[in-house]
Amino acid sequence: MTAVLAATGLGKKYGRTWALSDCSLEVPAGRVVGLVGPNGAGKSTFLNLAVGMLTPSAGDIEVLGARPTGRDAQRSKVGFVGQDTPSYAGLSIADHLRLGASLNPHWDAALAKGRIAGLGLDPGQRAGRLSGGQRAQLALTLGIAKRPELLLLDEPVASLDPLARREFLQDLMEAVAEQEMSVVLSSHLVSDVERACDYLVVLVDSRVQVAGDIDHLLATHHRLTGPRRDPETLPGDQHVISASHTDRQSTYLVRTEQRILDPSWEVSSLTLEDLVLAYMRGPTGVSERPVLEALR
Amino acid sequence: MIWLTWRQFRASALVLLGTTTAAIVVLALTRHQVVALSRANGQSFLDVFGNDRAKSTLFYASTAVVYMLPAVVGIFWGAPMVSRELEAGTSRLVWTQSITRTRWLATKLGTAGAAAAAVGLFGLALTWWCGPIDDAVAKGYRSTGLFGQPRLWPAQFGARGIMPIGMTVLALVIGVALGLVIRRALPAMAATLVLVVAVQVVMPMAVQAHLLPMKEATARLTHDNVTEVRGTGAPDQGLVVIDKIEISIGRPDAWVTSNVTLDPSGRVLDSYPDWVSDCVPGPGATGSEETVQACFQRLADEGYRQRVRYLPGSSFWTLQLVETGILLALAGLLTGFCFWRIRRDLT
Repeated sequence: MTAVLAATGLGKKYGRTWALSDCSLEVPAGRVVGLVGPNGAGKSTFLNLAVGMLTPSAGDIEVLGARPTGRDAQRSKVGFVGQDTPSYAGLSIADHLRLGASLNPHWDAALAKGRIAGLGLDPGQRAGRLSGGQRAQLALTLGIAKRPELLLLDEPVASLDPLARREFLQDLMEAVAEQEMSVVLSSHLVSDVERACDYLVVLVDSRVQVAGDIDHLLATHHRLTGPRRDPETLPGDQHVISASHTDRQSTYLVRTEQRILDPSWEVSSLTLEDLVLAYMRGPTGVSERPVLEALR
Repeated sequence: MIWLTWRQFRASALVLLGTTTAAIVVLALTRHQVVALSRANGQSFLDVFGNDRAKSTLFYASTAVVYMLPAVVGIFWGAPMVSRELEAGTSRLVWTQSITRTRWLATKLGTAGAAAAAVGLFGLALTWWCGPIDDAVAKGYRSTGLFGQPRLWPAQFGARGIMPIGMTVLALVIGVALGLVIRRALPAMAATLVLVVAVQVVMPMAVQAHLLPMKEATARLTHDNVTEVRGTGAPDQGLVVIDKIEISIGRPDAWVTSNVTLDPSGRVLDSYPDWVSDCVPGPGATGSEETVQACFQRLADEGYRQRVRYLPGSSFWTLQLVETGILLALAGLLTGFCFWRIRRDLT
């Protein structure tokens, strides 16, 4: 597994406050990675460091094996769709495609034009007149037609309505299927990640709480419900993620590679949202941080 | 990158470059009329010019435009260049394409800088248009009004020659630098206006006189060379205190920076002797020509001399080069700052 993105002890300070501190993280190649965490966890800062918009205050970050603030050749390999999917209000869609063509050596004009046509957008329309969803699609088109090896998306769908959000992610999935491209998508919505990603990184307070293949994570995490008992009495291979107790009952969320044999437990599987929330709360079961927003 | 620069810049560039070109065309089409006016009127040319509404208005309007162009360039081309991208968030779009921010800024600054220099050419066009007027002033023809002053005179000098080129380029870079520091378009535009006007005031008032070594001339005061006697009091009652006497050194195109009387010991005079009041050619009994002449003669005999510091008219282009050089050097320093700053974090 080669890493497209590797951070060691990465930190970023604004004035006196650390937006990201001592963050170590590896993102494998060829995956669609969902970077989730509560607001203020440092997701956006991390992605901005990865694309070279920010320079680290501490630690190191390597993107495709090189520093992201480097030369044009390196920059052409990394695509970025920024928060709120910015575009030039006064420029038309065709202008934006021309912008992409003139600023990127590997620009795929046919792909870009095809996507705009497929979306049913008029190339002569100004970006300022587009809906939020259409603007996001335009930004995605710019990111994809650059033909990057790695595409970073910073909360691309945060301001979109559920339908536009679904369409955007679907288009992203199709693009990933067609091109060989690694993707890192940050979101504070688990449902976005569930729909689009096959690899999960949960970032809370600059720390990676859990990282791994989503199917594998779901297969190895279980909810155990049964008579009240101490966590120390659980088998050694079962790592408690969170626990809650009533007078007579205990509920544990555990991670284990082994089968659960104890017949006193009622074992149930988890949704991705359960899993993410559990990691964000930590083993005490008490959340001190803003809880992840769930989309219903 | 050149395409994007042009696409974003073309509207405001065409407005300003178009206006400037039109103004240059107007000057080109009317210059022969100024030449004709000067040939037809000889010594009284400047007075005739001043009474010619159309031409004197064109002169004053053009001079005003030359002084306003730098601020306009700084405000509308310079200040929004980076700040508007930051404000709209489009910096996250354009700076994450395959080219570096340094290249992005180099292309933008290069294009706008060339356009700013082109706008500044208007000052050169005005200088050419004013050729007959400047010649008349150099010959010693006098008239009231700004055009009656030598072109080395600060109020004229900044609107002439290549100075406006240096000033528009500097104003552009001031705008870009302030946009990078303030990061919001409107406040950056306001700050640009203030700073550009400050440079335009400080350069002629505090800097210009110290750039080249001034020439010095010392002369006796005579009835012929004294051009001005200033005093306070009531001349008809003989109660006049003379404050200042100025002489001409026969160089009408020179910029005179100091014109003072020295006492017999060679120091700058604090106050004239009481009898100098007789020098005032006033309407009262004391003002006959003989007494005035005698008065100046007595000043000369007692060792009083007039010292004049000036820059000769021939220094015009040297001073233009030096001052434009200073403006461009400042612009260069600020450009260096801009490139340093844009490589740092900007969000």
